[in-house]
Amino acid sequence: MNQQGNAIRDMLMAGALLTVIALLGVGVVAYTYQGTLDRIEDNRRLALLKELQAVVPADRYDNAPERDTIAIPGSARLGTGGTATAYRARLEDEPVAVILPVVASDGYAGPIHLLVGIYTDGTLAGVRVTAHQETPGLGDGIETRRGDWIFQFADRSLENPEPEHWALRRNGGEFDQLTGATVTSRAVVKAVRNALLYFQEHQETLFAHTATLDEAAAQAVAEDDEGEDENGDSGNNGD
Amino acid sequence: MATEHRQIIRDGLWTNNPGLVQLLGLCPLLAVSNTVVNALGLGLATILVLLLSNTTVSLARHAVRPEIRIPAFVLIIASFVTMVELVMSAFFHELYLILGIFIPLIVTNCAILGRAESFASRNPPGRAALDGLMMGLGFAAVLVALGAMRELLGQGTLLGEAHLMFGEVGRHMEWVVLPSYDGFLLAALPPGAFIGLGLLLALKNLIDRRLALRAAATPAPNPTVSSNHA
Repeated sequence: MNQQGNAIRDMLMAGALLTVIALLGVGVVAYTYQGTLDRIEDNRRLALLKELQAVVPADRYDNAPERDTIAIPGSARLGTGGTATAYRARLEDEPVAVILPVVASDGYAGPIHLLVGIYTDGTLAGVRVTAHQETPGLGDGIETRRGDWIFQFADRSLENPEPEHWALRRNGGEFDQLTGATVTSRAVVKAVRNALLYFQEHQETLFAHTATLDEAAAQAVAEDDEGEDENGDSGNNGD
Repeated sequence: MATEHRQIIRDGLWTNNPGLVQLLGLCPLLAVSNTVVNALGLGLATILVLLLSNTTVSLARHAVRPEIRIPAFVLIIASFVTMVELVMSAFFHELYLILGIFIPLIVTNCAILGRAESFASRNPPGRAALDGLMMGLGFAAVLVALGAMRELLGQGTLLGEAHLMFGEVGRHMEWVVLPSYDGFLLAALPPGAFIGLGLLLALKNLIDRRLALRAAATPAPNPTVSSNHA
C-alpha cells in the first residue's frame, strides 16, 4: 500500500517538475517575443516594401502601398487558390499602379510565385519572383540575383507585343527563353500575360477604397459584366 | 583539470565531431550547406542553442529524475530554439527568411539532445558549457567547410551574399574565386551535399590514419609513453 502511494507521489512529482520546466520555457520565449516583436514587425514590413519597390519604382508614388491593400478572391487567371492581397500605388491619391500576386502553377518544379506591377494604362511596371523551386543554375535565372531575364517584361502590355507574339522566341514570340529552362520561361510569360488580362478585366474595381474586391464589385452594381470565366483557358494558346 | 578541458575541446572539434564522427544532425548539415553564409548562419544558431541547452540541462541535472529526462530536455531545447529563431528574425531577417524551416528544425538535431543526454546531464555546468560550445563549433566547422566546398564548385564564389549576415559591409566580402565560371550544378544540388560530406569524411579518416601511422613509426623516446603501449 505504501509502495503504491510512493509511486503515485513520484508520478505527481515528475508531472509537477515537467510543468515547471514548461512554464520556465514559455517564460523565456514570451520574454524574447516581447523584446523582438516590434523589430520583427518592422523587418517584415520593410522586406515587403522592398519587394514592392522592386516592382514599381518608389519615385512614381507617394503613398504606402504595403498598407494600401485590397483582398482579391482566388482566381484562375492569377493562379491564386485562395484570397490574396493586391497592393495599390497612388500619387496624390490618384491611382498609379497595382501590384498583383501571381502564381505560375506550371513551373518546372512546382509553382512560381510572382509579383506583377501594372500601371493604370496597362503597361507593365515590373515583374519579380518571390518564391520558386526551379533548378539552381538553370531555372533560377528568373531571379534578379541570377540574371536579368525578368527585366524584359518592363513596359510591355497586352498590345506590345501583339497577342500572337506573347510567347517565347522559339514559339514565334518576342520573349527570350532561359537556356535549358524553357518550361520555366514559358510558365512565367504565360502567368504575366494572364495577370495583364486580369488587370484588364478588373481595372475599375482594383483601385476602389474598399477592403476587398468583392465589396468593390458590389458597389459597382450598375454594370455587372461577369464575363470573367467565359474565356478562362482558351486564351492560353501555344504549347 | 586542464587535460580534461583539453579532452573536451579535442572531442568536440575532431575526435568525436558531431558531423564527421557521430554523424548526427545530417538533415540541416546537408540541406543548408549550399553556401558559406547559409552554413555560417545555421552554424552560429546551433552553437548558441547547444551552449544554452547544455548549461541549463547541467544546472537542472539533479532535479530532473531519470524517467522524465527526455521530455524535460526536449522542452528546454525547444524553448531555446524558439528564442534563437525570434532573435534571428529580429536581427538577421533576410538570412532568417532564407534558412526558413531549418531554424525551427534545430530542435530535431539529434546532436543537441545527444549532448544533453550523454554529457550535460552527467557533468557540472562549466564542463557542460564548454562541451556545448565545442560540439557546436565542431558542427559549424563541418557545415562551413561543406558550404565553402559546394559554393566554390557550384558558383565559383565564396561568401556570396554576405550582406545577409554582416549588413552593408558584407556586400564587399564576396570573393569571386573563379570569374566567369559556368557553375557546376551537381555541387549545388542535394547529391552534391552527400558527395561532399563523403569526401570530408574520407579526408578526416585519411588524416587520422596518417597521424596514427606517424605515431607508430616514431618510437617514443619517452619511457613513460612506451610503457603505456606495453
